Amino acid sequence: MAIIKVNGESQELNGTPSILEVIKQNNVLQPDMVSVQVNGEFVHKDNFAATTLKDGDEIDFLYFMGGGQ
Amino acid sequence: MNMTNEQIERYSRHILLQDVGVEGQEKISKGRVLVIGAGGLGAPVLLYLAAAGVGTLGIIDGDVVDLSNLQRQVIHFTEDVGKPKVFSAEEKIKRVNPDVNVITYNRLFTAENALDIIKNYDFIVDGTDNFPIKFLINDACVKAGKPFSHGGILRFEGQTFTYKPGHTCYRCLFHSPPPPDAVPTCSQAGVLGAIAGMLGTIQAGEVLKFLTGTGELLTDRLLSFDAKKMEFRTFKTKHNHKCPICGDNPEITELKESEHGVCDITNKPQ
Repeated sequence: MAIIKVNGESQELNGTPSILEVIKQNNVLQPDMVSVQVNGEFVHKDNFAATTLKDGDEIDFLYFMGGGQ
Repeated sequence: MNMTNEQIERYSRHILLQDVGVEGQEKISKGRVLVIGAGGLGAPVLLYLAAAGVGTLGIIDGDVVDLSNLQRQVIHFTEDVGKPKVFSAEEKIKRVNPDVNVITYNRLFTAENALDIIKNYDFIVDGTDNFPIKFLINDACVKAGKPFSHGGILRFEGQTFTYKPGHTCYRCLFHSPPPPDAVPTCSQAGVLGAIAGMLGTIQAGEVLKFLTGTGELLTDRLLSFDAKKMEFRTFKTKHNHKCPICGDNPEITELKESEHGVCDITNKPQ
């Protein structure tokens, strides 16, 4: 069991999930459109499947917001 | 610059602030700020900066006021429908504060005119509603070494950060614009009117902090809020070494409007 902070909230996740798995488990809308930081460092999209998270890690999803007019 | 008695009275609540004072107010009065987009975000930004006595306010927007704008674009009034937004905004600014010098650009902000326009300003505010122009503002400001405030709103949410040279830029956060229609804009998905005011006043606050050198700017942080829960979060961000414009090996060497979402930048009513 790993406790990981997802956008500031602690979640219990099994094993060492990949970023892609965390994205799926959190029902992120439009996973192609999200920017991801793990422990404050950006992770390129191509590495979402290969990057795993461990107990104590923090992952943040940053979303596009294009309005303003 | 010597302030008149009337100016001392007008700006007295700034002057009373220890961090601003007469000196800070004089810096505000010498400030030159460009606001790109005189819409939902541009409206509160322009009104507050005018009230604050920013010396020169540039406004660029190629749109006219539409009835559907009035739900949130508080600088435009019912009788302004059909009028170019820059002129409608200029009129209100002059009524709020005749001291402000207003420069209007009744046209779109493009890769061709971007650098020529921003070179005349100390700080740039993004108040646009589409990704190609948001990326263009970022790229132009990074190239020209100009600080800017990014703002985005959608439905009940908003996000903003302040760029200063050497710090996190928009492309550090989001590499490139999303494909057309992948992410909705306010004209497609709607926005609660007051959200524009919430985010725009944060941007205006950043401008005044920048001009007066007060406090800490929202650099290397992304502030994001969800007004449904009324929760605010700040994400710490870092300059991204792989950033395509300010990273170690930048791929972007000249300004271009991205091909993505070109359909969004026509003059259709927002």
